[in-house]
Amino acid sequence: MTDQALKTTPLNAAHRALGARMVGFGGYDMPVQYEGVLAEHRWTREHAGLFDVSHMGQCKITGGDATAQFERFVPGDYEILKAGKQKYSLLLNKDGGIIDDLMAGRPDHDGLFVVVNAGNKDEDFTFWEANLEGDAKLTVLDRALIAIQGPEAAEVMAAHEPILAEMGFMECARLMLFGVDCYVSRSGYTGEDGYEISVPADQAERVWNTLLEDARVKPIGLGARDSLRLEAGLPLHGHDIDPTTSPVEGALTFALSKSRKERADFNGADRILKELADGAARVRIGLIVKEGAPAREGAEIADMDGNVIGKITSGGPSPTLGKNIAMGFVPPAFSALGADLKVIVRGKTAAAEVVTMPFVAQRYYRKPKTV
Amino acid sequence: MKFTKDHEWVSLDGDIATVGISKHAADALGDVVFVEVPEVGKTVAKGASFAVVESVKAASDVYAPVSGEVVEANDALSTAPETVNSAPQADGWFAKIKVSDASELDALMDQAAYDAFLATL
Repeated sequence: MTDQALKTTPLNAAHRALGARMVGFGGYDMPVQYEGVLAEHRWTREHAGLFDVSHMGQCKITGGDATAQFERFVPGDYEILKAGKQKYSLLLNKDGGIIDDLMAGRPDHDGLFVVVNAGNKDEDFTFWEANLEGDAKLTVLDRALIAIQGPEAAEVMAAHEPILAEMGFMECARLMLFGVDCYVSRSGYTGEDGYEISVPADQAERVWNTLLEDARVKPIGLGARDSLRLEAGLPLHGHDIDPTTSPVEGALTFALSKSRKERADFNGADRILKELADGAARVRIGLIVKEGAPAREGAEIADMDGNVIGKITSGGPSPTLGKNIAMGFVPPAFSALGADLKVIVRGKTAAAEVVTMPFVAQRYYRKPKTV
Repeated sequence: MKFTKDHEWVSLDGDIATVGISKHAADALGDVVFVEVPEVGKTVAKGASFAVVESVKAASDVYAPVSGEVVEANDALSTAPETVNSAPQADGWFAKIKVSDASELDALMDQAAYDAFLATL
């Protein structure tokens, strides 16, 4: 039974044919699992997982000085971004809070290709529509987005297009793949090597099924996508970061380009530069919960005296580590690696320790350096 | 064995009721990764949350199918929560409750009624 209020991706029928359990997410009817979250999580870490992420927003920002205008809304350096590269960035509000996090790249010589979160895309697109001036314009793309992630993803894709094996992490391209016009980037949301492939909506099911013919590839639902990204230490907008969170609080200062910090010309630069110099009121940390139940979103974090000092924003069991892991926010004084803290789950207090993120080592493909 | 609409089961032996979650509930939850069973000696009321079962994705309350006092908890689930998936209506039991009013079971569904109820979901 489909909830009438939910939108569908071009792969909805394919998910149902595979027997997926469907749930509402970001306004879409999406597969939460096929055979089971744990099995899908492990398959992705060991082989190659195929994800429908078509609920995410895809657009191009082109024309005139589009890239320069786009740059005004984010703290990254896009004007000097080379063709074939992409960067993670943050759409900031006037207070330096994160309206959304996004990937923007130059897969071709025609402006930027941008991917934003499903739950924020309408707001993001409306914002750009309202703020792009002159010849710069937003074009929302009616495309599916398919991610293939895992240590065997590169071999699977190379069988279809050998050149994909030569791409490095965070490189992107526009090319013919499966006989259709695709945008491909070597990136993802699992901590594994892999690709995100944007395909025309009417070709999505054919591409999806073609990839599933490979025995190394299995479909993976949003349940495992969430546990994979949690292990990879990657924040989920709307949970770990939101419009009240600054990039410094969110531990996302790598998204602040050096030249932009020097120019101090992005939204919220005053607050963000001050936080960089003096520290923020709170900071996102990783925790291992050493006993008891998983600490999930909303659970309180306390110091060793029992004083509540923060909250968990994501958490759950790590299938790879066999431990309960979590992200949350605490004042910087409590954020040192190895610091002992407590989490409070359903009234019970459990020991936790601040650990480095990612919880599970990322395995992105870095190209060998050439002289 | 009798069932509630919240997918708990209860099996009465004398005045001791063994309770757990149904196979349907265990299948719907998916991989169980943590179970919080009630403490022995705790008094539970029919319909109130008395245990928690967690999958990778979420924590779910388990409601007491009968009122009474917890006389035994299945502590084996703390180290082997997956038993709830493999044997939900046997070794995956949550607790044994000394029932205070056995007539509460009269309102619960037998297997045939529960199967019919599942068919309506």
